[in-house]
Amino acid sequence: MNTFLSAKNLKFSYINNMEEPPVKTEVLHGISLDIKKGEFVAVLGHNGSGKSTLAKCFNAINTADEGEVFSCGYDASKEENLLPIRQRVGMVFQNPDNQIVATIVEEDVAFALENMGVEPEEIRRRVDEALKTVDMYEYREHAPHKLSGGQKQRVAIAGIIAMKPECVLLDEPTAMLDPKGRAEVMKTVKMLNEEMGVTIVLITHYMDEAAQAERIVVVDSGNIVMDDVPKKIFSQVEKMKSLGLDVPQVTELIWGLRQEGYDLPEDIITEDECFEALLGLLKPDVKE
Amino acid sequence: MLKDITIGQFFPGHSIIHRLDPRVKLILTIAFIVMLFMAGSFYGLAVGMAFVLLSFALSGIPFRMMLKSLRPIMPILIFTAVLNIFFIKTGDVWFHWRFITITQNGVVSAVFIIIRIVGLIVGSSLLTYTTSPIQLTDAIERLFAPIKPLRRPVHDLAMMMTIALRFIPTLIEETDKIMAAQKARGADMESGNLVKKARALVPIFVPLIVSSFKRAMELALAMECRCYHGGEGRTRMKQMKTSLRDYASLALTAVFIAGVVFADKLGPKVF
Ligand SMILES: Nc1ncnc2c1ncn2[C@@H]1O[C@H](COP(=O)(O)OP(=O)(O)OP(=O)(O)O)[C@@H](O)[C@H]1O
Ligand SMILES: [Mg+2]
Repeated sequence: MNTFLSAKNLKFSYINNMEEPPVKTEVLHGISLDIKKGEFVAVLGHNGSGKSTLAKCFNAINTADEGEVFSCGYDASKEENLLPIRQRVGMVFQNPDNQIVATIVEEDVAFALENMGVEPEEIRRRVDEALKTVDMYEYREHAPHKLSGGQKQRVAIAGIIAMKPECVLLDEPTAMLDPKGRAEVMKTVKMLNEEMGVTIVLITHYMDEAAQAERIVVVDSGNIVMDDVPKKIFSQVEKMKSLGLDVPQVTELIWGLRQEGYDLPEDIITEDECFEALLGLLKPDVKE
Repeated sequence: MLKDITIGQFFPGHSIIHRLDPRVKLILTIAFIVMLFMAGSFYGLAVGMAFVLLSFALSGIPFRMMLKSLRPIMPILIFTAVLNIFFIKTGDVWFHWRFITITQNGVVSAVFIIIRIVGLIVGSSLLTYTTSPIQLTDAIERLFAPIKPLRRPVHDLAMMMTIALRFIPTLIEETDKIMAAQKARGADMESGNLVKKARALVPIFVPLIVSSFKRAMELALAMECRCYHGGEGRTRMKQMKTSLRDYASLALTAVFIAGVVFADKLGPKVF
């Protein structure tokens, strides 16, 4: 099967039991989404649009009220599929401090494997491999609380990839990091996707990170409103703004210049492309 | 100030003490505590202290860490010393002034008990200094594993302890941050009487508790995502193997216990 994560007409509500009678709030209103194996998908949407809720449906933390969700061919609504799904679909959260369980880096990376009942020698091997993959091997005996934010987040990623998942869902993994930490994490994520063929779903508020994906899905109040390649998404600057979202800075710059009547391509999303385009405008003779 | 707390801190290393089987280490620590309580004379106590100092030296942990572990119990030490000195009224009187009487027995037992408490603290800190919390809780879990009805509660307890220890530094850091934030808003935490100072802690603990709950929820979620489903069917990366050095250290400890008993026969009894 080629589709790897699939949701059909997925509806999900949170129930607030604190109120009497309990209040039900529907957060996802019938989402249909197919993600193929090996894809790198970015999910955008303003705060509270339901991105995290959607991601949690894919690894069986949330179960759909209506519609169906399949992860790696397993029906996410079935209790017995819980562990197989979570082994295959890993999830990394925003705050690295709240997802590290152990006091030693390598023991933390081993946590998932220990839960899965993997043999000790195999755990050792996979832990070392995962730590080398995220370039944290020399820190294996350190205490996590003494690492930088970017390093902690890489340890958290190592803890997930040690399970050898086929897909990793990352929920704003860089939101609490400085630019250096962000770059480290993004490099790791891209490497997982390109070299190891892991399917990536990246939820983010950083447009330059989303621009690195193959495909962008935009969620707005529980519905998917856009789903296309980054160039197509970001060239619709007005629509993005109306959804409360940004576009990469360079796209915005070019868009502004186009509004002023300059002849520039509209699908510019990286700094290099922008540089080329502006150079072409400023020194037309150099281009030829 | 909060940074001084060293409870549950672990110093990774490769010394012989670090490499002992954690179960054996746990048993040795208990044996050492028994040793201290068996000692009834200063000779016996000296043998016990020699044991813990030797272990400390072998562990390669800097000696100042030993002093650091004692700092938080200073008040207890002073309190016990005062109680013993002023309330034991038997033996030769060394000092007498109005209602204060200091006797030889009082001073001797104060010194004795202080040494004993110091030994206890140093010995148990050595255990946590040289054993990672996970190994320690693992050891407890495995020591109880043969008793089937206890297996589940012990696993749960061990997991809770691991997490608690893991979050000590995180929460300390957070407390520091909240304190700074409240001070920046003009909170006064240093002046006033005890009641006032206790009141000043409320705006620190409330946000701390709220954020701890939030952390707990997120951690639970992250653990679930990593296939955590209780202790059933769990394996461990670090196997516990008892090797020659574990048996040797057990034998050595037995020798020291015998030493304590023997030394006690030589010296005058304090207790
Ligand atoms: N555990 C919960 N209980 C009740 N309501 C919730 C819960 N989690 C989220 N919600 C609500 O569901 C809606 C969607 O939340 P969700 O966390 O999925 O948004 P998000 O797109 O991830 O936002 P953000 O960008 O802030 O992470 C929000 O209105 C939120 O208030
Ligand atoms: Mg979210």
